[in-house]
Amino acid sequence: MSVVTQPGTAPDLGQPLGPGAEQDEILARVTQELQDKGFVLANVDKLVNWARTGSLWPMTFGLACCAVEMIHAYMSRYDLDRFGVVPRPSPRQSDVMIVAGTLTNKMAPAFRKVYDQMAEPRYVISMGSCANGGGYYHYSYAIVRGCDRVVPVDVYVPGCPPTAEALVYGILQLQKKIRRTGALWR
Amino acid sequence: MDQALKELAEHLRDQLGDKLLADEVRLGELMITVKRDAIVAVLKSLRDDSNCRFHQLMDICGVDYADESPRFEIVYNLLSMTHNTRIRVKLRTDEDDPVPSVAGVFSTANWFEREIWDMYGVFFSDHPDLRRLLTDYGFEGHPLRKDFPLTGYVEVRYDDEQKRVVYEPVKLTQEFRNFDFESPWEGMERVVLPGDEKAEAEPETEAS
Repeated sequence: MSVVTQPGTAPDLGQPLGPGAEQDEILARVTQELQDKGFVLANVDKLVNWARTGSLWPMTFGLACCAVEMIHAYMSRYDLDRFGVVPRPSPRQSDVMIVAGTLTNKMAPAFRKVYDQMAEPRYVISMGSCANGGGYYHYSYAIVRGCDRVVPVDVYVPGCPPTAEALVYGILQLQKKIRRTGALWR
Repeated sequence: MDQALKELAEHLRDQLGDKLLADEVRLGELMITVKRDAIVAVLKSLRDDSNCRFHQLMDICGVDYADESPRFEIVYNLLSMTHNTRIRVKLRTDEDDPVPSVAGVFSTANWFEREIWDMYGVFFSDHPDLRRLLTDYGFEGHPLRKDFPLTGYVEVRYDDEQKRVVYEPVKLTQEFRNFDFESPWEGMERVVLPGDEKAEAEPETEAS
């Protein structure tokens, strides 16, 4: 989100700005603006999108080995915390569901119920071959051939299992998608 | 090791008498076959006899020999911590003949037998709670039987109109393919490559 919104005064803020003289200048200007007027102006939808992308709380939904990679992504090396991604144990508190693993027929109704309990706006990341399309178990009698048969999916992360890095990339892609398509009302 | 097992087999032959149908020591493992109706008594004596002391039932497995009669084999693997010995007890049964449940002898057998009932449809008499263990609620069929199709009969999807997960007959967009990964050619036997349709069918030769 661009903090400085006065037209013509700020450089292109769609791009991240590294530390340096340019960044210092913008920060100084923002500080001065705040001290001067005591408020900032921004587009509401951009502000909302910024809030949404900055605190994507995922529903903990580890179903199989992919869950281990998901845990890696949460742990200190990749540290999803710094993206505001904090795993929640309850669907009522979560914005995104990371389907990490094989979805079985027996799990499908429970899975859908958890999804239905999530508040809007809600997103789904399908992680790994099994969740994407059945994967190794595609021809099994007990497996849902892709979790998109049960819930709408926003981002597919391929891999068997995908690395933690891939999942982080998937989450970043979801943030990008929210920034691109997000609106106050869906 | 073999010697100790052979002595144990001898002991069991004396003790179990006609309950024991066969015994064999192979690859350093003792395996006995017993009568179906005697399994409770056999496991009880294996557990309590001072020469055996098989206090742990490690696992119960099933095997489906689809062409044989009786069709199923139930395998009990026991471990004696006292004597550092293992034994494998087998019996045969089919779809209709119930196997006496050993849940009274080893309480762990409860779920093992439920699993076998689930997967093979072998009925265990006197079982305290013989329900399916692993498969879906209301699942039909027994998946580990040789005549059960790999993909089963039903698949699920969410129905937006009924607002629930519905079951439908399996519809595959591509049949299951079995590849022979040993040979790079055999899997390609009956495949006509694009452009080869007009080529004359050559007699197949063995890939050397």
